[in-house]
Amino acid sequence: MSSVRVLVGTKKGAFVLSADGKRKDWKVSGPFFAGWEIYHLKGSPVDPNRLYASQSTSWFGQIVQRSDDGGVTWAPVGNKFAYEGVPGTHQWYDGTPHPWEFKRVWHLEPSLTDADTVYAGVEDAALFKSTDAGWNWEELAGLRKHGTGPHWQPGAGGMCLHTIILDPVDPARMYIAISAAGAFRTDDAGASWKPINKGLVSAQIPDPTAEVGHCVHHVTMHSARPDVLFMQKHWDVMRSDDAGENWREVSGNLPTDFGFAIDVHAHEPDTLYVVPIKSDSEHFPIEGKLQVWRSRTGGNEWEPLTAGLPQQNCYVNVLRDAMSVDTLDECGVYFGTSGGQVYASSNAGESWSPIVRDLPAVMSVEVQTLG
Amino acid sequence: MLPQHLRTLAGADPEVRVEVAAPVTIGRVLDALEERYPTLRGTIRDYSTGQRRPFLRFFVCEEDWSHELLDAELPKAVSEGREPLLIIGAIAGG
Repeated sequence: MSSVRVLVGTKKGAFVLSADGKRKDWKVSGPFFAGWEIYHLKGSPVDPNRLYASQSTSWFGQIVQRSDDGGVTWAPVGNKFAYEGVPGTHQWYDGTPHPWEFKRVWHLEPSLTDADTVYAGVEDAALFKSTDAGWNWEELAGLRKHGTGPHWQPGAGGMCLHTIILDPVDPARMYIAISAAGAFRTDDAGASWKPINKGLVSAQIPDPTAEVGHCVHHVTMHSARPDVLFMQKHWDVMRSDDAGENWREVSGNLPTDFGFAIDVHAHEPDTLYVVPIKSDSEHFPIEGKLQVWRSRTGGNEWEPLTAGLPQQNCYVNVLRDAMSVDTLDECGVYFGTSGGQVYASSNAGESWSPIVRDLPAVMSVEVQTLG
Repeated sequence: MLPQHLRTLAGADPEVRVEVAAPVTIGRVLDALEERYPTLRGTIRDYSTGQRRPFLRFFVCEEDWSHELLDAELPKAVSEGREPLLIIGAIAGG
């Protein structure tokens, strides 16, 4: 029988939530790496028991942990992330040059074809790759050196490479996104990159339609339609139908188009989920009502999903990597909040219930569908 | 002496004794510590600079050695094993 495993990264450790395919009764394991910030955990699509986790603190720096038994036991692997050559400078918040400094791993993306290959998106923004299950990390420096790096700026959370999407059809193509630089694509396995931000409009930067400088919060793709991308930008929900060459806004009737998380239904490539957040200065839902909004038309037309979610006095945030879907017949949708709740819907968002209510602030949620 | 998170990470006791050839310096003590516990590499000294991470401090014989050079020779009380090198996480919120 199928089952699901939900990997939760929090401000104070990692948790593994598991249930059978009914998704009613949950077992909670953890905390793992108690006291450390776990920006992200993710399992290999090739070997679901192979998990990678990013563990860090400002005190002790970066650790990468690996599990080969589905999160029961873990062991540290390599944690040396050295930029290739002299890393140079990017823009600081005030526009002055600031040296590139490694701070932490935001996102780990295991390969679609090899359990020992995994990509890491880091702050200050760069992309690293390991082909030996996390022991050694090599920068794919073509991204940072392609020319626009000196113009990249940190977002409020730091200058992070937070999104990595591997194309399921073309193994040489991948997408990444950086706050605040924008989205980028490679068609040669990471050797060279191009900004793909045409159509983005960011009123907060000097040139609102600049080639780079946009605060992209998250990008997602449905594996059956890899040329179609959906983006939650700082403000605006965007869509591209040509692998990022051009973007158009699909915010439609959303009550606010600020937000962080965005994901696609597992079986319906035009069904999207976002969690509207009031504004960039008030990171919580409008009027204290936690709502997921769903579009079944690939954007523009949205409906609120509220059953089971708090509709008063709720002032949590949902971060960019804190939403995920399972691939069971009736698609499950999951998200975690800064208040420590992990909500699950086993009916594509029609109704929600909390798996857990009182974890530390949730930074990431990834779901594995097993069996 | 190691802070709790590093003890847990390395599976080490609170107090670790390492053999270090003279002259005994903080740098050499850390080299020996990382040799015994490779997972501590990068957690005390930044990989890119080789220097103490900013949220950690070193104390020796009740004195703050955080700003001494890593190749400064430690007092005999430490090199002879009578006093510890304390590696302490700075008290900060979160």
